Amino acid sequence: MTGSCAVRIAVLASVCFAGPTFAQGNFAGVWNMTLTEDFPDRLPGPELGDYAGLPLNAADRARAQSWSASILSLPDYQCRVHPSDYANSFADFRMWYEIDTTTQQLVAIRMQHFAWNTTRAIWMDGRPRPHELAEHTSMGFSTGEWVGNTLKVTTTHLKEGWLRRNGVARSDAATVTEHFIRHGDHLTWSVFVQDPKYLEEPFFRNRDYTFAENGSIGAYPCESVVEVVLPEHGYFPHYLPGNNPFLIEFARNHKIPYEAAMGGAATMYPEYRKKLAELPPP
Amino acid sequence: MKHSIQAGFAALVGLGICGAGAAQQPQNFDAVQIQAIPVRDNVYMLVGSGGNITMQVGADGILIVDTQYAPLSEKIVAAIRAISPKPIHYIVNTHHHGDHTGGNVGLRAAGNTVSGGNMAGAIRDSGVGAAIVAHENVLVRLSSATGPQALASAGWPTSTFFGDKKELYYNGEGIEIIHLPAAHTDGDSIVFFRRSDVIAAGDVYVTTSYPFIDTASGGSYQGFVSALERLVDIIIPVYGQDGGTLVVPGHGRVSNLGDVLNYREMVIVVGDRIKNMIEAGMTLEQVRAAKPTVDYDPVYGVRAGAADRFIEATYQSLSAPAGDAR
Repeated sequence: MTGSCAVRIAVLASVCFAGPTFAQGNFAGVWNMTLTEDFPDRLPGPELGDYAGLPLNAADRARAQSWSASILSLPDYQCRVHPSDYANSFADFRMWYEIDTTTQQLVAIRMQHFAWNTTRAIWMDGRPRPHELAEHTSMGFSTGEWVGNTLKVTTTHLKEGWLRRNGVARSDAATVTEHFIRHGDHLTWSVFVQDPKYLEEPFFRNRDYTFAENGSIGAYPCESVVEVVLPEHGYFPHYLPGNNPFLIEFARNHKIPYEAAMGGAATMYPEYRKKLAELPPP
Repeated sequence: MKHSIQAGFAALVGLGICGAGAAQQPQNFDAVQIQAIPVRDNVYMLVGSGGNITMQVGADGILIVDTQYAPLSEKIVAAIRAISPKPIHYIVNTHHHGDHTGGNVGLRAAGNTVSGGNMAGAIRDSGVGAAIVAHENVLVRLSSATGPQALASAGWPTSTFFGDKKELYYNGEGIEIIHLPAAHTDGDSIVFFRRSDVIAAGDVYVTTSYPFIDTASGGSYQGFVSALERLVDIIIPVYGQDGGTLVVPGHGRVSNLGDVLNYREMVIVVGDRIKNMIEAGMTLEQVRAAKPTVDYDPVYGVRAGAADRFIEATYQSLSAPAGDAR
């Protein structure tokens, strides 16, 4: 290599690799959910009284036990969207990159979920987080960084949401860490939820997706309607403590001890199988 | 027991610390900083100590909702001046508690009342300070208070209203000051900025604690639920339960429909449980022991005594004979 050639390569390298952060992994496109994986948490939703494997604390369990699916009869709740730490679990999503066309800097990676067509921004430009007392939303405020080719996302400013669609609440104090990991045409999405108010230990969830070469995200219009006549004042459907008749269904249908179905951090770990053998049948 | 809770509330009111976000120990106001958080367009939330202040600024001047504590007035004025040099024309009080009205005197003195022409002489105090707008019951409560914590008359409302609401048009938008009867107190108002699409809710909605239902000042559980439902009726989200109408709570963070619905859910669920226990013949002590707030305590029961006060006020309201919600 001649000296002038080396100089030209050095200059080229400085142009290519200096300056703002460039995308290190390409996640752009439509990703289809793997329906065979954790099917109950996908489109159909979980069974009532199934909190197994969730590290919820006693307060969250009590809250879940009072939950009634009749809240979906309330117009204000019919179009309530899945929070960003759950929305990918429901179905497919699209990701795309927002580039500053002048500087070529990656400003944000954006996502749209099939579920309710919600969109979110994962800010890649280093912008600061809003004030802790600023508005919290279903999507929260997300910032991203590259760990090799893995996209690591940290989300705060979430308003109250849920870990499972059967009343298991996640508080607005939660911090969510996600990793998007691509393996060719497959993508793994991992979610790590730290909730100091409703979890005994952090909650961890994995989901897998397949790249859809010509994929699309369908429209998901939602319009609230009055479906049943409801009391006008002070009504919210729920079960009084000890009066929820559906809590035992999951345990009975799957022959799982009721205590195990009620979840808790211990139910996440393999050694809990030893305790299962000691628990009474449902 | 009714007398004990009323005495307790009265003591808190006298100390000016009965707001949901108020500390129960003497505060070192020297350490308090006033932070201005943009809400939308020309509306800001000022956070320091005590109730949140909502500020609307524009070509006409400045309108603020509530005033926190008296020792903070200079800092609050400085925070306002960092955003706008315009005069403070209006102060609106959402209710009479000291953590929302304590700064009335100082902030009023930093402004002036809108007047002109032959009215300048007719409105004798137009040069003295800003107009203080509130429901009539706020004036009644403030002017009947006694003791060292009572607010000086210079901080009392100068423009009160009866009935459902008072309307203003200021800085290019309609403003509705809507009275919500017998909720947190008997003088509650929310302030709806119609073009900005922002509501200053006062203490009928907070994100930091259970409702503080001041039964000694005319508040009631039933009125509190009605107040939350009125809020929900006004709020229109962009989609789902996000965005659209934003709410500045009496204490805590900027909120949207989903947050207010979650709060209303908690209030109704706990109230239903207590009502069921009352119908089963349980005493207040038995209701407390049954922990009807247990599932919401990590979120709203962090402040010592907040759950007990909410349970007691709800028990009182729901035990009262029909026609006497307290």
